[in-house]
Amino acid sequence: MEKNIVLTMRGICMTFPGVKALDNVDFTLRKGEIRALMGENGAGKSTLIKCLTGVNKFEAGEIHVDGIEGPIVNKDTLDAQKKGISTVYQEVNLCPNLSVAENLYIGREPLTKIGTVNRRKMNEMAAQLMRDLDLDIEVTQNLENYSLALQQMIAIARAVDMKSKVLILDEPTSSLDDHEVSLLFKMMRRLREQGVGIVFVTHFLEQVYEVCDGITVLRNGTLVGEYTVEELPRVKLVAAMMGKDFDDLASIKPEGEKDMSHAPLEIEAKGLGHAGKIKPFNLDIHKGEVVGLTGLLGSGRSELARVIYGADRAQSGTLKVDGKEVNIKSPLDAMNLGMGLLPDDRKAEGIIGDLSVRENIILAMQAKLGIFKRIPMAKQIEIADQYIEMLSIKTATRETLIKQLSGGNQQKVILARWLATNPDFLVLDEPTRGIDIGTKTEIQKLVIKLADEGKSLIFISSEVEEMLRTCNRLAVLRDGEKVGELNADEMSQEGVMKAIAGGGANG
Amino acid sequence: MKNKKLKINSNNLLLIITVVLFVLMYIGGCVVYADKGFTRLQTFLFILIDNAGLICLASGMTCVMLTGGIDISVGSVVAMDCMIIAVGIERWGWGSPALMLLVLVVGLVFGLVQGWLIAYLKIQPFIVTMAGMFFARGMTAVICTEQVSITSDPFFTKLSGFKIEMPFGIGAYVNKKGIPQIPYVRVSVIVALLVVLAVFLMLRYTRFGRSIYAVGGNQQSATLMGLDVKKVTLKAYVLSSFLASIGGICYCLNTMSGTTTQATGLEMSAISSAVIGGTLLTGGVGNVAGSLFGVLINGTISKLVQTHGQLIGAWANIVTAVLLCFFIVLQAVFVKVKERKKA
Amino acid sequence: MGKLKDITKKRLFLPIFSMILVILINVVYDIASGNPPFSFFSITIRPITGGSSVLFGRLIDILNRGSEVAILAIGMTLVVSSSAGTDISVGSVMSLSGGLCCMLLAGYGVTNVSEYASPLWVGLLAGVGIACVCGLFNGFLVAYLNIQPMVATLILWSAGRAIGLLLCNSQIVYVRVPSFQIFGSYVGIIPTPIIIAAVCILIASLVLRFTALGTFIQGVGINKKAARISGFNSSKIILLTYVICGLCAGIAGLVATSRIYSADTNNIGLNMELDAILAVALGGNSLGGGKFNLAGSIIGAYTIQSVTTTLYALGVSSAQAPVFKAIVVILIVVIQAEPVKEYFKKMSAKKLAAKEARS
Repeated sequence: MEKNIVLTMRGICMTFPGVKALDNVDFTLRKGEIRALMGENGAGKSTLIKCLTGVNKFEAGEIHVDGIEGPIVNKDTLDAQKKGISTVYQEVNLCPNLSVAENLYIGREPLTKIGTVNRRKMNEMAAQLMRDLDLDIEVTQNLENYSLALQQMIAIARAVDMKSKVLILDEPTSSLDDHEVSLLFKMMRRLREQGVGIVFVTHFLEQVYEVCDGITVLRNGTLVGEYTVEELPRVKLVAAMMGKDFDDLASIKPEGEKDMSHAPLEIEAKGLGHAGKIKPFNLDIHKGEVVGLTGLLGSGRSELARVIYGADRAQSGTLKVDGKEVNIKSPLDAMNLGMGLLPDDRKAEGIIGDLSVRENIILAMQAKLGIFKRIPMAKQIEIADQYIEMLSIKTATRETLIKQLSGGNQQKVILARWLATNPDFLVLDEPTRGIDIGTKTEIQKLVIKLADEGKSLIFISSEVEEMLRTCNRLAVLRDGEKVGELNADEMSQEGVMKAIAGGGANG
Repeated sequence: MKNKKLKINSNNLLLIITVVLFVLMYIGGCVVYADKGFTRLQTFLFILIDNAGLICLASGMTCVMLTGGIDISVGSVVAMDCMIIAVGIERWGWGSPALMLLVLVVGLVFGLVQGWLIAYLKIQPFIVTMAGMFFARGMTAVICTEQVSITSDPFFTKLSGFKIEMPFGIGAYVNKKGIPQIPYVRVSVIVALLVVLAVFLMLRYTRFGRSIYAVGGNQQSATLMGLDVKKVTLKAYVLSSFLASIGGICYCLNTMSGTTTQATGLEMSAISSAVIGGTLLTGGVGNVAGSLFGVLINGTISKLVQTHGQLIGAWANIVTAVLLCFFIVLQAVFVKVKERKKA
Repeated sequence: MGKLKDITKKRLFLPIFSMILVILINVVYDIASGNPPFSFFSITIRPITGGSSVLFGRLIDILNRGSEVAILAIGMTLVVSSSAGTDISVGSVMSLSGGLCCMLLAGYGVTNVSEYASPLWVGLLAGVGIACVCGLFNGFLVAYLNIQPMVATLILWSAGRAIGLLLCNSQIVYVRVPSFQIFGSYVGIIPTPIIIAAVCILIASLVLRFTALGTFIQGVGINKKAARISGFNSSKIILLTYVICGLCAGIAGLVATSRIYSADTNNIGLNMELDAILAVALGGNSLGGGKFNLAGSIIGAYTIQSVTTTLYALGVSSAQAPVFKAIVVILIVVIQAEPVKEYFKKMSAKKLAAKEARS
């Protein structure tokens, strides 16, 4: 094996029933390198990583790891860990009910002479490790007392302490805010200096250019190429992932900015708030307008929308819908007023996994009608088929369970669920997260189309560009408070960034 | 570690409430029934004697519940054990030491089968142990359908009647007939308390013990962290059945007989003791010391009803249920508060 | 081959398969013991004490004796689906419902009457009513306080029977009035419990067919949060399933009480919750909640009864029968177990590969 290379995968092939998931894929990782693994949904990123860590069995190909003779095949993640390959997932895989120290050392605790766990030594070792990594964590506390970001760092610390040569970070930044991301990056750079090879899987392009040395791109189960960051500027990266020249993202907005400020009001919120989540705010939304909520994760952007929708009940203030004052106690009340909410956590709050695509589509409609007015089957089929076609949802049949669909298609089903209720006001919370770029564009176009039809929308996204493309107006949030609004003429990448960052710019 | 202050988090707060409640209830009993001898140390020791078997069961149940499972077979296992010992002595003419050993082996095998089905075939614990419960109860009847009293084994009889008196005559009193009495416990109590101590140390200081918490906390994580979840689960069920067998011997020492209907519902008492003691059925949270106090609370309620003399036995069930309700709601409130703090 | 696979994948495969297995055992037994091979299915009309003639036969016996479990299985299926937990209080609630009914019909403290102390409908309504209240209590704890179903229902599991005992003053209360006995005996030639169970099943399936209740329950059971965001009131739906489960327990309790025309509070519905849960599991429903199949549960209920009846026919005593029940349960869940299925899949794949290699 070439010097400095810590991991090589050659010619990896793997099929799922009916689908060639990986076809002759190579992957190389050097010591002290952070390499991004990029690709659209279904490109084979997770499958490749699962082959590496022994979760999936690959059919052909070889994996070599520095320091081990001959090709290796991992039986399971544990086996991979023993060979120096550790994975940290998006959802933290630690035990919340154990102390930090125990989470770091469980299964390999220091023992006393009589074979019991030496708690004192374990705590000392853990504290030392935390100091080494510059983390301010009390190791005897239960893990559940720390934020998700810190939990993730603890998970990484565990991997590092196990002398991992290869560290796989599978979308670790999805639920972190910017500050936490920068902490994570600091830690990654530190590990790079120590010679750890890091595989970084992410959807965020900016992050790739901030922290990575190299990029490996997959598409439809095949390798597009292995690049250094310098070789592959953003546009080329996107092109490599999409497999086509990429220009339709540029302008999907109708020509000529429409000023919606004279249209009648759909939503008037005055002093609406929920303690601990969002401070009282005012917000007007006109008919046919797309209002973007921007801010860091945890700034209250989701919470604001959820309070209007009644997912979290408002504790103060008044809300007028279509000019009439209303009292929304639950999502159902909101729906009866013509609202809908596409939640940001698709898995936890969106899909109902064990129900079919059809049932998922008619769900909200049925909820509005109530238990006793069942939508006749023929009608259900008609509606389902209509939206499967309209949103080009890729599903085997309308009776396929939604959990078997890819993330993007699941998202479309949830969208269909709301469109079927024909809402006047729709909240889309991170509708494009974890979705391939093609679907992203489709969803953005759909947002604009809905607005053209006179519907009001709230659009929430972590990607500023996307907001700029779709929204008529932006509301800026910071630390659980709405701090200002940006009109169409104030909306630019820089302006938004400044507003989010704040600092005297309160308005 | 300098800050070794006892941190009162919601988990040990529940335990504290349990202990305080027990103490209050007991003091209440002492005040109301002082004339009926409730204040005597012996009364407390009787509660321990009566519930020695249950203490063993609750200890095992705690381990299983910590993994996020449940074992409802333990009551029937106790009945089967009693029947094996009784019939073994009276009909087969075996010696009681051999029978006790047999019972322990039966417990181990029983636990192995149940644990294997649950851990390796991934069948729901409730279903498996329910089948185990049917099986053990049915086997009791297969062994013998009548009530068998143990009379012909001197060793066992002696063991059953053996009094361990309190040292230095602590708590000595004079009974109705004017004869001075020194409070005592039976062998079964010593066994039960040793079991609790052993389980307590095991859960706190051994790898296996900590693994149980890890498995209950997050099974997937435990696997990824390199724990053999299946093995840990299997061992927990083996432990539960084994402790149930020890409990069965203790129970038999009290009743000195075997019947098919013995110890019905004892598994639920064990579960309710663990719940009152702060163990969550979802796993990962709990402590065997809490379960001991859970048993004591259950025992005290029965004793109070018994001492009153006029009430039918159903009252004990109702009071226990009300208490259980109180603790369950309390736990739910704690969980809600915790969640709110997080948000 | 492929067709066989399709059949085994059907959701009702397991319950029907187990039922057929039980029937086969019966047929084999009949042949072995020299009875006509299909005496299991033979239904005759024979006179009973009291002069009238009624249907007779092992099949009838199974349908008759299985009524309570079948009724309970309806409620239990919904509870399991919506809350991913089991209601272990149903047996106790049955006893409470029977106890209250008999206490009202006989008067408090009276143990043997041949005339009603209060009208029949008062007793029946009170019995069913108290059961619904029990369901409401369980449902409140589960739905609004987020308590694990098994723990929540443990309370009434313990208290229900005890309250029943208090109501009956710890005695067995006999109500020897024909119009009360009828619910456990015969209407014409047909055993009444069969009719009651059939009506309950019919109503349940009609409700599921013509309302969206099924979708609501499954939606909540699969993903509570998502269901809420989509406009379902999850708590209300879970509460509703527990009330339905209580209602079923009440009806089953009255049937069981009427059968022996007495409130034997200590024994009515004893361990019945286990049979009901078993019926749900045998019906191919996951005890982890979510999707449900009511027909499966019902077949499961009668399968359990067939096992019991068959065992009695084979001469096994009622105390020993649980051993075999346990073995049957384990066998059935083992074939259903994921790892076992995978093992068989692997084996058949290997066989296929070997075949291909040879040819």
